[in-house]
Amino acid sequence: MSDAILSFEEAMEKYDPVLGFEVHVELNTKTKMFSSAPNVFGDEPNTNVNEVDLGMPGVLPVLNKTAVESSIKIGLALNCKIAEYCRFARKNYFYPDTPKNFQTSQYDEPIAYDGYLDIELSDGTVFRVEIERAHMEEDAGKLTHLGGSAGRIQGADYSLVDYNRAGVPLVEIVTKPIQGAGSRAPELAKAYVAAVREIVKNLGVSDARMERGNVRCDANVSLRPHGRERFGIRSETKNVNSLRAVEHAVRYEIQRHAAVLDSGEPVVQETRHWHEDTRTTTSGRAKSDADDYRYFPEPDLVPVVASREWVEELRATLPEPPAERRKRLQADWGYSDLEFRDVVNAGVMDEIEETIAAGAAASVARKWWMGEIVGRAKNADVDPGQLGVEPATIVELSKLVEDGKINNKMATEVLDGVLAGEGTPAEIVEKRGLAVVSDDGPLLEAIDAALAAQPDVADKIRGGKVQAIGAIVGGVMKATRGQADAGRVRELILEKLGVNA
Amino acid sequence: MAAINRDDVAHLARLAHIEMSAEELDRMAGELAVIVDAVKSVSEAAGEDVPATSHPIPLNNVFREDVVGHTFTADQALSGAPDSDENRFKVPAILDEA
Amino acid sequence: MNENHSNQLVRLTAAQLAAKLAAREVTAVEVVQAHLDRIAAVDGGDRGVHAFLHVNTEEALAVAAEVDAIRAAGGAAADELHELAGVPIAVKDLIVTVGQPTTAGSKILEGWYSPYDATVVEKLRAAKMPILGKTNLDEFAMGSSTEHSAFGPTRNPWDPDRIPGGSGGGSAAAVAAFEAPLALGTDTGGSIRQPGAVTGTVGVKPTYGGVSRYGAIAMASSLDQIGPVSRTVLDSALLHQVIGGHDPRDSTSLPDPLADLVAAARLGNVDGMKIGIIKELHGEGYQAGVEHRFNESLELLKQAGAEIVEVSCPNFKYALGAYYLIMPSEASSNLAKFDGVRYGLRVLPEEPPMTIERVMGATRAAGFGDEVKRRVILGTYALSAGYYDAYYGSAQKVRTLIQRDFDAAFAKADVLISPTAPTTAFKLGEKLDDPLAMYLNDVATIPANMAGVPGLSLPGGLADEDGLPVGIQLLAPAREDARLYRVGAVLESLLEEKWGGPLLDKAPELPAPELPAPSLAETVTSHGGSH
Repeated sequence: MSDAILSFEEAMEKYDPVLGFEVHVELNTKTKMFSSAPNVFGDEPNTNVNEVDLGMPGVLPVLNKTAVESSIKIGLALNCKIAEYCRFARKNYFYPDTPKNFQTSQYDEPIAYDGYLDIELSDGTVFRVEIERAHMEEDAGKLTHLGGSAGRIQGADYSLVDYNRAGVPLVEIVTKPIQGAGSRAPELAKAYVAAVREIVKNLGVSDARMERGNVRCDANVSLRPHGRERFGIRSETKNVNSLRAVEHAVRYEIQRHAAVLDSGEPVVQETRHWHEDTRTTTSGRAKSDADDYRYFPEPDLVPVVASREWVEELRATLPEPPAERRKRLQADWGYSDLEFRDVVNAGVMDEIEETIAAGAAASVARKWWMGEIVGRAKNADVDPGQLGVEPATIVELSKLVEDGKINNKMATEVLDGVLAGEGTPAEIVEKRGLAVVSDDGPLLEAIDAALAAQPDVADKIRGGKVQAIGAIVGGVMKATRGQADAGRVRELILEKLGVNA
Repeated sequence: MAAINRDDVAHLARLAHIEMSAEELDRMAGELAVIVDAVKSVSEAAGEDVPATSHPIPLNNVFREDVVGHTFTADQALSGAPDSDENRFKVPAILDEA
Repeated sequence: MNENHSNQLVRLTAAQLAAKLAAREVTAVEVVQAHLDRIAAVDGGDRGVHAFLHVNTEEALAVAAEVDAIRAAGGAAADELHELAGVPIAVKDLIVTVGQPTTAGSKILEGWYSPYDATVVEKLRAAKMPILGKTNLDEFAMGSSTEHSAFGPTRNPWDPDRIPGGSGGGSAAAVAAFEAPLALGTDTGGSIRQPGAVTGTVGVKPTYGGVSRYGAIAMASSLDQIGPVSRTVLDSALLHQVIGGHDPRDSTSLPDPLADLVAAARLGNVDGMKIGIIKELHGEGYQAGVEHRFNESLELLKQAGAEIVEVSCPNFKYALGAYYLIMPSEASSNLAKFDGVRYGLRVLPEEPPMTIERVMGATRAAGFGDEVKRRVILGTYALSAGYYDAYYGSAQKVRTLIQRDFDAAFAKADVLISPTAPTTAFKLGEKLDDPLAMYLNDVATIPANMAGVPGLSLPGGLADEDGLPVGIQLLAPAREDARLYRVGAVLESLLEEKWGGPLLDKAPELPAPELPAPSLAETVTSHGGSH
């Protein structure tokens, strides 16, 4: 069943959106939050666990110092206050991915609170998002639903549980209600999550790979009629796990809420599930009396006391903040303001930096990412970084072009081959038989043929209308199946016709 | 403090994931009412100004260095599992969110 | 080895056994075998003690043989053997052990084998102390009589129709019945001390954090402590010295080095020490025979040179109520993990739908006994929205008040003294249907858990009216466990002088099982020993 939606424009005419985000960041510590089992993605199921992660009888947690320091760093980078004293609490609920049937989290004593993040939007304006808190907690295991309509929880016959992820350190960053974004709300949503991701990656405290769930976003949306102070009832869309999805989900929820409100019905306070395939949300669980989490201070852990000295020591280790980094990178790369903003908005700054670091010129890196990869990502409906283009691939492609081994047109074809998994650029050039024909002999034959086929055009060129040369070049390129270097073809034609261009 | 009745116990049993028969709920409500009555003086014992004690012997900042320790093999992890498949714990369908 | 020799061996204290082993007057295998024989003789059958849920025959004998081999070979390895190497011990079945099942006295864990050892068990293994087996307890240590064990009650060696106390009735009864010289217990509200009192044995709850809790199945994390159970104060000190000390796997473990508790037990004087009678923990509500023995102990201590003072702890009257909010709250959360997903029992609901939620509900309904359910529901209530402040929050404030009472009392006295339990052992079944009456057994032991201070119970004689053991409780400030051993050992020697020997010499001969039917020792080990 699909929900009714209003057009975004109409929704904006009638209502003012209020947003809120809970972003979960998985820390890249070597071990888990409360156990010494490794924090590694992608290993065989139930091998990165010990008795603590499995919630065996008798086990006790011991807090990972590096995870605490990473959390404090995140707090500092979000301009938060760091709590001088804070504790963990137990959040009690039964779920098979939660080995103890409670999550060890922080409740009313987060390690960081009262911060903000300035978000630059595509039009250049800066929007301040206020951070309510950033707190430490542990991740749950991974459920796979099988049988019935496989992969979906609905209708599954059974589920399998892998506890490798159980106990992975998380920092949950919660915003205060974000008001005043208006029609820029979807863009702000995406830009905010991108900024958080950038910060934690820049700090080196998280791998920040959204496709692996290192950064996960729950997006709260509510609408209120223009001019009203009181917030509307919100929905919480869970696990919106790419930047584009964040933008789309917020946009969709605004449209859906508007339709509900227009119909005179109340919005239901509930969780929503995001579906990337249909770009819609569906109803999850309504808030109920089962949400009584019975928080109480975790008796098996002792308080964390962050002394001023410790916090300042950590502050001193913080890397250059992303905003300053952007200024520096723009200067280093020599991009114009517009070029640089496009790069940032396309979400490929890190990729360009890596590509340049791998040996490509700044202009070349931009040309490939902005000119080729962003468009392909858009078509594939994924973030550019998720397309799977390695910096080394770009460097190799540009080298092949520079060396005259292939031309630009072929290079894009090679890129498609790489994305299709056909191998490295060199292998694809070889396999597809793509190479600029450098021996002029076959080219001259093709040029003769093309000139003979279009004698009137040849005459025009001889007569000084050099711009007509395109038809002859096109004929040659067609005959050589695009393998000729168009520049060289042009030279040879003019030479042949004795025209100085 | 409110008295504890059968509906309360039914709600608590749901939260605690313990199935209870109607007869058990009645019995438990009676027993809990007596206990709750006996402990109610606690809520009036301490004034506003008295801080709570959650740890009998106060300690702070007990940490573990971020160094990898022992892990189980999947077989060890699953050795006590009531049911498993493909090196994972197997559980019946999850009702939630259906 | 003749039967008589074997009978003599089991009556020796751990210190005496250690001396005989060191002098090679006896082998560890002989010592272990004597205890296994004793278990076989008295533990099984309809009227047997039933202190053990599992007997660890093969492993215990193997460890003993290893100790004997090391001693026989002599040299550095023999010199490095721990003082208690070869002295056997029983372990409360709330503490996890590799190679033996751990049930917590619950059907929900029946047949479960832990893949890891508790820290205290690692320490026993390092000391090469043979583990005789796992002792009975109230399910998840919830009870004061061991009647709430899913595997049947333990009987008091002084009278098989009476309870051995709880939750650690199995450990106390095993030691009282000469089935083991030493045992480990856990004490959340008195589960070591109260069984000690009603069985005429010694039990110590160390300072909170003094012994690692890693591997003790948690009931109430902020109250639980593992501690020694023995027949003498010195033996408890020896065992405490083995199991105590910092453990990086327990965040609440004290970083302090362990004091020399054995030296304290051997000091032999209480000159000039101030011993405080807690006004609120005797008199009204305490059995006359208990009160009588308590006063006798005070008199003995005074004669030995201690100064007796009276202290008042007015907030102790809230301790029981606060305990019955904090303990079930923490327990309700600690026991959530028993859900039929990762280990232990799984029970399917009788009718569809067969969802995981219903499987959890059916598993916990079938796997938990009534007392566990009662406490889990009570704890769920105390933590639930709208009640937290009035219940759990208030109870945590009461803890502060109790600590303040202790602070004031310890400003006046070095050690506090009270009866351990208000009554001697009651009859099996007597309080089973009255939870509140059962809870009142812990009224004198609970304050120590609430404040984290150490407590020791030692036998104070027999009550005139029923001839059953009375326990005397000593309490010391946090981290001052040594004071308990110092005062306890002096009082013990004065009492034994008066009695003309250990109190347990007065215990009746245990009836042999009526039939030489298979004893528990044989039946249990047949499926447990080889794991």
